[in-house]
Amino acid sequence: MSLQVTTQGDVVIIAIDGQLIVGNRQELKQQVLDRVEAGARKVVVDFAGAGYIDSSGLGVLVSLAKRLRELGGDLRLANLNEDLLTLFELTKLDSLFRIAASRDQAVEGF
Amino acid sequence: MSASAALEFRVPSDLARIEGIVAQVVHRCREHAFGGRQLALNVPVALTEALANAMLRGNGDDGRKEVRVRAEVSAARLVVEVEDEGAGFDLEACTVDPTTPERLEREEGRGLFLMRSLMDEVACVRGAGTIVRLTLHRR
Repeated sequence: MSLQVTTQGDVVIIAIDGQLIVGNRQELKQQVLDRVEAGARKVVVDFAGAGYIDSSGLGVLVSLAKRLRELGGDLRLANLNEDLLTLFELTKLDSLFRIAASRDQAVEGF
Repeated sequence: MSASAALEFRVPSDLARIEGIVAQVVHRCREHAFGGRQLALNVPVALTEALANAMLRGNGDDGRKEVRVRAEVSAARLVVEVEDEGAGFDLEACTVDPTTPERLEREEGRGLFLMRSLMDEVACVRGAGTIVRLTLHRR
């Protein structure tokens, strides 16, 4: 997995390339927490280039969203393909996150 | 190696090894024309969960302990066994529903649920260690 971090206004966008799984979830967590520490409160995770996600990857997203919401911000998701959407529906995490069809929609939604 | 021979791996408890094993099993399933969703979701996620569970819980995240994997793939089904050196666990008792309101926002607790949701059958049996057997019929 590799992460590409960009900003659009006050929104931090993290694009995931590859799998978000137990062996690399800490990279995403640290990347977001570093940005939060620096003052970021609005984060979009873009899954356009992502493969599969396991329970650890889902857990990290849940944990980061909770942290950002405690601080008055939010973590939102974009570009989930049908398979990944199924994963979120199966775990009912589609009810916990705001999921946008595109990166631009996610950013504009803040 | 022929597409009918079983895939076998014996690796230390190292999370970095998971992705490579999963990729080879998925590749074998692709050779047997498993469905797109099975290749992109069911097989990789469930097998990742089984391997992580074996390494982190079964083997207690001890890199000196090994995980053995045997995957048999045919035109009908995938049967993959993941064996760790642990004392075993009660699959029914350990599987919780992570979708309830009180559990929805927890970071942990979705692994066994996902494994069982994405496979047709999950069994936990005793061998030399603990074997988790995942079965998925090709669709």
